[in-house]
Amino acid sequence: MPSFTPTGTPVLEARGITKRFPGVIANEDVSLTIHKGQIVGLLGENGAGKSTLVKMIYGLYEPDEGQILINGTPVRLAGPRDAIRKGVGMVHQHFQLVPVFTVAENVILGDEPHRSIFVNMKKATEEVARLSKEYGLQVDVNAKVEDLPVGAQQRVEILKALYRHAEILIMDEPTAVLTPQETDELLKVMRGFADNGVAVIFITHKLREVLAVADTIEVLRGGRVVGTTTPDETDQAGLAQMMVGRSVLLRVDKKPATPGSVVLDVQNMNVEGGLGLPAVQDASLSVRAGEIVGIAGVEGNGQRELVEALTGLRKSHARVFTINGENAEGLSPHAIHEMGVGHVPEDREKDGVVGPYSIADNMVLNRFDEPQFATRGVRNRKAVNQLATTLVENYDVRTPSIQTTAQSLSGGNKQKVVIARELAAQPSLLIASQPTRGVDVGSIEFIHSQIVKARDDGAAVLLVSAELDEVMGLADRILVMYDGHIVAEIDAEGADRNRIGRLMAGGEDSGAAAPA
Amino acid sequence: MRPRYAYSLAIVIGILIVIAFVNDEIRTVSVLSFSLRYAVPLILAAMVGIICERSGIINIGIEGQMLMSAFAGFFGAAITGNLILGTMIGVGTGMIMGAMLATGAVTWKMDQIIAGTIINIIATGLTSFFYAQGYVLPAITPKVRIPFLADLPLVGPVFFDNGIFTYAAIIAAFILWMLLFKTIWGLRTRAVGEKPGSADTSGVNVQRTRFLNVTLAGGLAGLAGAYLSIEAASTFERGLTAGRGFMALAIMIFGAWNPIGALGAALFFGLAKGLASQLQADEVIAIPQQFTNMLPYILTIVLLAIVSGRIKPPAAVGKPYEKE
Repeated sequence: MPSFTPTGTPVLEARGITKRFPGVIANEDVSLTIHKGQIVGLLGENGAGKSTLVKMIYGLYEPDEGQILINGTPVRLAGPRDAIRKGVGMVHQHFQLVPVFTVAENVILGDEPHRSIFVNMKKATEEVARLSKEYGLQVDVNAKVEDLPVGAQQRVEILKALYRHAEILIMDEPTAVLTPQETDELLKVMRGFADNGVAVIFITHKLREVLAVADTIEVLRGGRVVGTTTPDETDQAGLAQMMVGRSVLLRVDKKPATPGSVVLDVQNMNVEGGLGLPAVQDASLSVRAGEIVGIAGVEGNGQRELVEALTGLRKSHARVFTINGENAEGLSPHAIHEMGVGHVPEDREKDGVVGPYSIADNMVLNRFDEPQFATRGVRNRKAVNQLATTLVENYDVRTPSIQTTAQSLSGGNKQKVVIARELAAQPSLLIASQPTRGVDVGSIEFIHSQIVKARDDGAAVLLVSAELDEVMGLADRILVMYDGHIVAEIDAEGADRNRIGRLMAGGEDSGAAAPA
Repeated sequence: MRPRYAYSLAIVIGILIVIAFVNDEIRTVSVLSFSLRYAVPLILAAMVGIICERSGIINIGIEGQMLMSAFAGFFGAAITGNLILGTMIGVGTGMIMGAMLATGAVTWKMDQIIAGTIINIIATGLTSFFYAQGYVLPAITPKVRIPFLADLPLVGPVFFDNGIFTYAAIIAAFILWMLLFKTIWGLRTRAVGEKPGSADTSGVNVQRTRFLNVTLAGGLAGLAGAYLSIEAASTFERGLTAGRGFMALAIMIFGAWNPIGALGAALFFGLAKGLASQLQADEVIAIPQQFTNMLPYILTIVLLAIVSGRIKPPAAVGKPYEKE
């Protein structure tokens, strides 16, 4: 890639921005410069202050100190309205679209073409269709947004920014919800914007993407800019080290698996989702002791329902559903836990920890009634605290005390509490759903190593993740889920990233044999 | 209710009315006129609910807003000796009550049910405390006959020979429909009620839109209240509104948060009440009057039980807007 040489006045400049929230400094003396046609990659772990910074540029927050200059003029942005007027557009991580509105209605909202008080819907539709064609962002302008797949919804978000003539386009973790192919497509579209003179701020924590598309990379850590670099000057390992502040193992270090007997056996399972629609159809899979089976797939393709069925949280109908040879269908979550199943739920805030409880209590959440923790209904606090102290130490939970409430921990530390609790019971089957979502790179490394360790100790592990890299790095066998079906089973050894990506998007399988 | 069913129901009722009209002209017109008069405050109050909930605010205080306005409108008209002035006082009172709800539910981000309940309690308390006997209106509200249209059979005497409030209610439903679905205000209002976060990031001022809409809607509640005391009852009694504000919420749901749907639903309520009263008067059904008086309330419960869960309310209704 030709290196970018900035010319003229920067279209956007942030000078010495500081933003404090009660108890935290989100941004400290952050400076950022971007020119027309430039793509700046904003890289950092969760909580590094990326989102806070761009929210100030988009007028959602006001900086406590420092200045924002647009085209060389200092500006005060009191709200998104101000920012939009000054040419700042934002593609939000959580789409800001009205589900019941059409694509065109969503795009024009807030800046409607009109005849007196009436919306000129015809003009709106034409304009949005024109933009969609011009930038190659295909979408049916008259479709309701709630009926569109995630990728298309994102195109609507981008159209919204383009419709407002954004000269500075902020994209907040835009690839988090996309398949690898969609991601590649989006990176191309971003390059196209830059070629048209748009300045793009691309936020991500995925090293591969930022290296592929950015002209310059700003790395944030703990609210400060810790480095500015270009893709030519660095590589993934270098970026990871800047993000975390120490060297990080990016590849999961593991020995080949030595699978034993079948622990989880599921044949022809059907699960209903919300509204009584089938969410999982005719799924068959087995996990043996000492192996990690990864389920890859774009979120919303039945993975959640499958996991809920396997852990007893949701009703299922299967020809066979056994754990260690015993029937598990129709059993309660507690009974399934008793069979030796550990569950790391995908939403740790909602299902993983009880926020107001102490870390110690959270550590025995599903075992508080076992004899060593309670005698005749009276809790044995000493044993609980002893276990919690050991676990906090072994699992590197950063907390002032085991009596601290779980809700005051960071995401990564909360997740360590969940992992510690589930692994401490020495499960014969561990079902881990999105185990590293929203967790910082350092903790990811640790969590991965713990999952591998559980496998090596003889546990069967079922890993569900929307991060293809995670599945490919961790699993010994990969199942791909699309539209409620398990569409392929692939050996992780030498698995082809593009092939899995295609399968995740519902494409035809060109490689190897069809699933059994 | 799905429009399809609503249309079928409307057609069946229409045919029955025509048959009734052919058989007994006078009684049919009398029942229908009564039904329409009964529906007027329900139509207006349902519009209040629609404006508020489409903006994301539950207005459980419609009852109180109407009661307070009925009170202020009546005594305003009686003291000033001017019906128009009295009506304007009623509408103004409604807007003040609307602004009170908006202050609580929007500005202070209170629980919206509690904010509305406060309105109801204040209205009941104040109107009971300051209630005084011996006041009379200076005149009866005049009927306005629409030339030519009023001469049509059936629809003429029912729809085109009414007081000004009746026309206002029907026209309000159509205007509100147009405003909600065809104008910038409508698009933004619906966005604010469905997903305030996306309205905000699109540059729509969520708080201001909500405050304004709830306040303006209060004006319509004021009109409904003024109708009750100035035209319908020609007097003010304690508890004059008799739960109509709550029935209006049921009508709003029954009409799927659509002004035209709510207009139809309110007319249906009116017709049920009108029919029951006539049957009672003719001694066709030999049950105590108290039971026929219950009818609108029972209908409310039954219809809500049938439709609730099948119609989707605006997604953000009831939730104060907090910036992320």
